[in-house]
Order: sequence, then C-alpha cells, then structure tokens
Amino acid sequence: MKNNFVNDVTDSDYKYGFVTDVETEVIPKGLNEDIVRLISEKKGEPDWLLEYRLKAFKHWTTLEMPEWAHLSIPPINYQDIYYYAAPKTKESPKSLDEVDPELIKTFNKLGIPLEEQKSLAGVAVDAVMDSVSVKTTYKENLAELGIIFCSFNEAVKNYPDLVRQYLGSVVPYTDNFFAALNAAVFSDGSFVYIPKGVRCPMELSTYFRINAANTGQFERTLIVADDDSYVSYLEGCTAPMRDENQLHAAIVELVVLDRAEIKYSTVQNWYPGDKEGKGGIYNFVTKRAICKGDHSKVSWTQVETGSAITWKYPSCILLGDNSVGEFYSVAVTNNYQQADTGTKMIHLGKNTKSHIVSKGISAGYSQNSYRGLVRVAKKADGARNFSQCDSLLLGDKCGAHTFPYMDINNDSAVVEHEATTSKISEDQIFYCNQRGISTEDAIGLIVNGYAKEVINKLPMEFAVEAQKLLQISLEGSVG
Amino acid sequence: MLLKLKNCCKFRWRVVSDNNLEYRYMLSIKNLHASVNGKEILRGINLEINPGEVHAIMGPNGSGKSTLSSVLAGNPAFTVTEGEVLFNGKDLLALSPEARSCEGLFLSFQYPVEIPGVSMVNFMRAAVNEHRKYNGLPPMSASDFLKMMREKKEVVELDNKLANRSVNEGFSGGEKKRNEIFQMAVLEPKLSILDETDSGLDIDALRIVASGVNKLKSKDNASIVITHYQRLLDYIVPDFVHVLYKGKIVKSAGKELALELEERGYDWIKKELGENF
Repeated sequence: MKNNFVNDVTDSDYKYGFVTDVETEVIPKGLNEDIVRLISEKKGEPDWLLEYRLKAFKHWTTLEMPEWAHLSIPPINYQDIYYYAAPKTKESPKSLDEVDPELIKTFNKLGIPLEEQKSLAGVAVDAVMDSVSVKTTYKENLAELGIIFCSFNEAVKNYPDLVRQYLGSVVPYTDNFFAALNAAVFSDGSFVYIPKGVRCPMELSTYFRINAANTGQFERTLIVADDDSYVSYLEGCTAPMRDENQLHAAIVELVVLDRAEIKYSTVQNWYPGDKEGKGGIYNFVTKRAICKGDHSKVSWTQVETGSAITWKYPSCILLGDNSVGEFYSVAVTNNYQQADTGTKMIHLGKNTKSHIVSKGISAGYSQNSYRGLVRVAKKADGARNFSQCDSLLLGDKCGAHTFPYMDINNDSAVVEHEATTSKISEDQIFYCNQRGISTEDAIGLIVNGYAKEVINKLPMEFAVEAQKLLQISLEGSVG
Repeated sequence: MLLKLKNCCKFRWRVVSDNNLEYRYMLSIKNLHASVNGKEILRGINLEINPGEVHAIMGPNGSGKSTLSSVLAGNPAFTVTEGEVLFNGKDLLALSPEARSCEGLFLSFQYPVEIPGVSMVNFMRAAVNEHRKYNGLPPMSASDFLKMMREKKEVVELDNKLANRSVNEGFSGGEKKRNEIFQMAVLEPKLSILDETDSGLDIDALRIVASGVNKLKSKDNASIVITHYQRLLDYIVPDFVHVLYKGKIVKSAGKELALELEERGYDWIKKELGENF
C-alpha cells in the first residue's frame, strides 16, 4: 500500500512538474517515518540505508534541540519543513536578466566570471556546455588515478561497500540532535575516496559538480583518504547563494588513514538576513574528522561570513600516534548575526599535536563566540596543543565571547592557550583616511590584516575571493 | 617694533577681499572656530599660506595647535562651529578626510597609530592607488610601486625591514616619525602639516627627519610646522612664525620670533594680551 502511495506521489511530480500548489499538496510538510521511507524510496536506496535512516529518525524523536550554545534561536517547528524536494517557489531563471540585480552586484564585486555567475544563480544551463565538458575532463583525470568523486547518491549506488563501511563512523546519528536529523533525512552530498598512495592533483570542489547543486538543506559529505594519500577539498562557494530554506543541518565526515592528509576548506556565505535581522539561514553543522592512521593529518580552514545563526565545531579525533589536527577559522558577524563556532581536538594517540587559530570579527549588534575543547586522554603521552583565539570588535554594540574548555588527563601534555580582544579604533580609521583610504577600504585592510594568518591557509583563488568577501560582509558596519 | 611692522605686512593680505586674489593662496583660513565635546578650542583662526612657504606654529600647551592640525585634516572628533577654509580654491571643510588627502593635504601625526597585520607595503599601495584614482589615473603596477618605495625610503634613511612590517607596529618613537616623513615623500603633498614631529626624537633622528622634510621642499608645496621648541626650526627654517594662544593666532613674525620665544617663554605675550584675553 505504502509503496503505491509513494509511486503515485513520485509520478505526479513528473506529470505536473514544479507547479507549487500541486507539489505542496502531494508531498506534505513535516517529518514522520513515512517521509523517511519516502525519501529513501525515491532515491532507490538499499535496505541497509533505509534501516539506518529509520534508526536515526527514532533516535531523533527522543532528543531535544540543544540549548547550551551562546545563541538565541527562535523556536523551530520541525513539522513545518519540507524534507524532500524542497519547494521550488520559482522556476529557474532563464538568463541573468531574471536574477536579483543585488546578487549580480555582489557577484561583480567578488569578480566572479559570467559563466560561473550563471551556474551559481541557478540559471538554466543549456549555455553551460563548456562546464559540462570541463567537468567530464576532470572526472576522467580523477578516474585514471582511482579517485572517486561523486554525489552521495551515486556513491550509495556504485560503491555501497565503501559508503556502508564509513557512513556514520565519525559522526554517528546518536551524536547530537542535528546529526540525528540529518542522518534521517539527508538529501544528497558528496563522496570522495582517495586510494592508497595517491596525491589528488587538483583541489576538489563542489563547484564542479553542478548537477549536485541545490542538494537542499541536509547535505552529507564523506571523504576517505586511504594510506599515504592527500586531498584538498573546497566546500561551498564564495558567492552568496540565495536559498529559500531556513534550516541547514549538514554533516561532514572525514576519515584519514596512515600518513594520509585531508585539507578541508570552507567559505560559507549563506544569506545572513537583512539589516534588522529578519530572515537568514540557520546553519547547524556537524563536522568531524578522525585521524585513524599514524602520522595522519587533518586541517580545517573556514571563513564564515554568512548565515543568521551558525552552530558548528569542525573537530579532530586524533587516534593515530603522531597524528596532527589543525583548525583555522575566521568568523565574521554583522548586524544581528550570531555565531557559536570553534573546534574540538580529542587527543587519543601518542605524540599527537593540534593547532587552533580562531579569529572572530564582530560588528553591528552581532554576537560571536568561540567554543573549543581540548581533551587529552590518559594514554595520549606527549600530546601538544596550541590555541590562539582573537576577537576583533567593530563598534560597541556587538559581543565577542570565548569559551575554551580543557580536559587534560595526562601529565606529559603541553597545552597552551592565548587570547586577545581588540577593537578597530577611530584613530586607526582616521589615520587611513588621512592617507586617502576610505573608511570601508580601511576596515577591509585592517580586517584582512587581522585574518591573514587564516586566509593564507586557503587555496590561492579562494583566498582572493575570501578577502573581498570579508570586506563586503562588513560594509556599512562603521560610520 | 620690527615685529609689529612685519605683522602689519603679513596681515595686509587679509584685508583684500577680491575673490580672484584669494585663489592665489594655497590655504586660506578665515575665522575658524572648532570645539571638541562642546568645548571651544579654536576661537577664530586666520591664516594664509602660499606655495613655497614654511609656517611654524608655536604656543604653550593647550593652546590649540594639535586641534588646528586635526581640524584641517578632517578628524571627526572635532566640530567646526564657524569659519571657512579654502585649499587651492576648494572648500576644504566640505571634503571628506580622504578627499582632503587626495587633494594634497598631508598630516604627519604627533602620535602615529599602530595598525597590526597591515604591512606598510599594502598600506602605502592602497594609499597611492586611492590618490591616483582620485586624479583619474590607473593603479600603479606592482613593480613600479616597489621601485618608488625603494627610492623614497632613502629620503629618511628608512630601514628595508620597517617597510615590510605592519604599520608602525613595534616601531620606536623615532622610527614612527621617520615613517611619517616617508609616507609624505611617497604621497608628495602640496601642503604638509607636521604636528610636533620633533617630540620624542633624539638629536640624530631629528636631523634625519628634518633633512627629509627639507629634501621634499619645493616652490610648489608648503608646510605648517607645529612645534614647542625652537630646536626643530634650526633645521627646518620657517618663513613665518605664528604664536597660537587660547585658540587664536596672537602674534605672527619671521623666524626670529622663534628665537625670542625660546629665550623669553610665552609669559610676555600673555602679559601683552592682558588678563581678560
């Protein structure tokens, strides 16, 4: 019975296309077991994955939304959300003329090429023949090396054993409220596998997988780096993707085996809401890496400028001896944005090292918190950690907070924490003004100088755009 | 008596109200009043400056010397309540601080601020390119810019290392002042205001800074040198010396006035003006 219903729904989707009221009628809002089954069915998933989703869903119903973060989150009605085929209120624009001119203005400020603008704005892509061939070329190159880089759904179909082995192995669905939610309803995402001894010759970026754009609010990324391999992965894009969705709850899992290294860079610029704090994305993301192998290494670099609320702590479990975890973060909040972000470094193996550099920038009425945990387990002899948490304030109505937790259970550990808080002073701005530099440009200079240490960790092309992004995000924050 | 006479000569200029003539001044300040936090500091400043001239402004502490330089540069902490300032015929007070800079007004700060994380190279490049943009020129190429930086550094014997460090961060007092003159050399202002550039300098640094200023002097640019002491004026020889007291210029004369002030202090001027000034 149930399956028939599912098929009807699926078919009717095709029959009537994306007419809004039809779609909202047949795929109801809300979350229950049927919806979870429907999602899995629609994707043609194997039973084990459906089981996984259902277990996650059951667990989720027992959980409460966490409230410990330094965030004020308006109540979210989880039964008022579409969990599949998120409502497309508009048809995709046919050309850039139909795209919000504000968006185009920002694209131009960021210096994004026209073709790229089209695909970012979701313009119908018959003009993007080039990109398709580019994409194929990349795929062929990667395939020759045995690298798997595909959407999560493809991976489930084509590499079920790999997915099954690692899915939820770093972030189990029991981990937290949002992890459970994602595990129950995740729509799509990315899967990467780098075979033994292979150094991925290019930065892998979601941008090249145009077909996987609009994967919705519950993405799932799984990257496995086998022994002696290396990959650098770029997530997100530097342009402000407009999104109707309010809630994003993604999961990223990284698995690093012996002597392998993953460098994971994020530039997050979701819609932050307007100047009065209306609208904007809630970004509740669970990102975690496990350094399983000896001498393995993970490096998280994030530049967070978007979202109304950010709740995210890219973490490293340093299980292998001599493994290394790094976290470099710039989080910018302006107007009424709120961010509670940081990292966890869990030292389990011997001689493990972690390095944390967090740079918070607050402006307007925003609240910006760093929350970090450094845990050294009993057996983690010779563990080392260095944390540096800096806050920069623009104006006197914003807040910066630091919550460093340390849990040290081994006497040989060396753990250092440094923190500073500074303010862009009117004297600094006037000094720049006097040399001919406008206030906006002066803030850009100072903020980029402040964040340089982190920006420098980004791949080159990304770094340039991230710099401009910092400045744009803070426009109008002074004066 | 001689002083008085010189005064008259100087002040004769102001009597002329023909607009065309006023345009010949590089800077013309008329009845300038300014306050900070509601307290009036400048109480009617009048001053004209021609290209090629060096004007020294001296005066006791709290007389408004630094306020005058801040107001001319457009520091938003100060409010102009009355008066007019023309700079090359333009209404200076209507311009933003950055536009004033691009028009050719330079302030060498008494206390240059530190800007951590911003290298001198990036900072100056931004400044130079803003100036060029203002004047309708394209940005300077990186190689031309670096070449210029190298040349200008020689003017104040600035260390190569300093140019690669963050703006003023960890600079000694002398290095900060040399850095100010270095920036002046790069931006080639029409009017430079040196606000107590000599304070905190030892005699060697003073000589280097002063010689830098002298090298940059030409018949087309002018300077206002604000100082407490005659010492700086041994190196940077002024054409005129003005005494600022309680927000007004109360005496103007040639360079010998500075020597007299050094010898006799300011009390005799205060006495001349009387208790109720």
